[in-house]
Amino acid sequence: MNKTPLSKTLAMLLPTLSLFGCGGDGDSNVSVNPGSDAVFEVRIINLTHNQPLSPPGVILHRSGYSAFAAGNPVSVELEVLAEGGDPADWIAQAEANNAVLATAADTAPVGPGGSTTLSITGNRSADLAISLATMLVNTNDAFTGRSGIAVGQLAVQESLRLNLPAYDAGTEANSETAATIPGPAAGGEGFNAIRDDHDFVSIHAGVVTSDDGLNTSALDESHRFIGPTAQVVITRIQ
Amino acid sequence: MKLRLATTLTLTTLFAPSAWAETFQIEITNLTHGNYFTPVLIAAHPAETHLFQAGAQASVGLQTMAEEGDIALLVSDLQGLGADVVGNPAGGLMAPGQVVTTTLETLSNNNTQLSVVAMILPTNDAFIGLDAISLPTEPGRYTFNLNGYDAGTEANDELITGSGAIGTPGIPAAPGGDGGQNGSGVTNTETNLLVHIHRGVLGDTDPTGDPSDLDSRIHRWLNPVARVVVTVQ
Repeated sequence: MNKTPLSKTLAMLLPTLSLFGCGGDGDSNVSVNPGSDAVFEVRIINLTHNQPLSPPGVILHRSGYSAFAAGNPVSVELEVLAEGGDPADWIAQAEANNAVLATAADTAPVGPGGSTTLSITGNRSADLAISLATMLVNTNDAFTGRSGIAVGQLAVQESLRLNLPAYDAGTEANSETAATIPGPAAGGEGFNAIRDDHDFVSIHAGVVTSDDGLNTSALDESHRFIGPTAQVVITRIQ
Repeated sequence: MKLRLATTLTLTTLFAPSAWAETFQIEITNLTHGNYFTPVLIAAHPAETHLFQAGAQASVGLQTMAEEGDIALLVSDLQGLGADVVGNPAGGLMAPGQVVTTTLETLSNNNTQLSVVAMILPTNDAFIGLDAISLPTEPGRYTFNLNGYDAGTEANDELITGSGAIGTPGIPAAPGGDGGQNGSGVTNTETNLLVHIHRGVLGDTDPTGDPSDLDSRIHRWLNPVARVVVTVQ
């Protein structure tokens, strides 16, 4: 193991460097360079076979903001996104929160195999986090995303790559009927304020489809998915 | 072709010593209920190179691996990069539940990334994939769960035709002897032509009829489909 001494040296050096780089290091109230901005590129890749993703919304925030949590009901604004694919209300809701530094939303859906890159900038701090959400549009209320990805310790040019599961918003029954699915597979209704499912966030169990015995489903086998459904690559570029 | 030659030797120059040989123990587990893996390909390769990437088109080497189970082209591509390769550690197919342990030796300190691929049988073009994770350097046991990918190169008709050749529809074989026949085909189109997460197989419960030659009670899977444990002594 000729490599070990070097690895150990690097391991000792790196935390020191990141202390200088990020200030505070766990103390969210301290910033070495107040006023200096961190810039992140957020690349979202659609990993599904036939589920376009609605225009993704991305939120840069500190501790004190939560986009969603498994086992809990979603906000009405995230319900709008998860049932209809429009991120505007969810983004506006976030912007009203003091812990939110910046937001970005795409203007177009991201097709299967496609990707989009959004840039987001905010004042540096050790507790910086990124949350994102986007709907799987050929579903009743499936969305993919993540709440609170820690990015405060990322060095410039450093990246992290995460696979994201599909969540069920729990606000609309998974009937899969044409009238209730807004995506190109059906062209049905998007947001509906009635909550007729169990009203908490869970991992999505996938769609059944007409090819697998649900005769009233507007979906076919091509719309099935098993997680992960999206990949996000976050790179701090400044 | 997604494999690219490394453009610099910066690390070599900085950290000079030629003897950077490092040995990793690699353990691979087939986590599926009823699917086999064709010969597994394990590679340590330079940064900025990939055997596959989600959202990118499959190389011919990857397509050949995913549709035929033949890793020769990928091995040849990797050798061109100076990668360190272990091919076919199981000496053939890996059955459901099977665990295989092998040793990967990195002879070049450029080869910092680990990738693992193998075709999932019986499928049209599904494969297990680990895409260029950084090889750990500190002693320890590191566990990675692998997802099932769709190479995006062949429609998932789920018909066992005996044909694996690229450009020809159909599944080469169901090694467990549990496949059906005379299905009409689940689909003849592929909507996503890029590498993506496989949606799983549909299957059915009729071994001699429509639409699939796969058995929904045996051949379905959820992720993860494989586990790779890297041990650094």
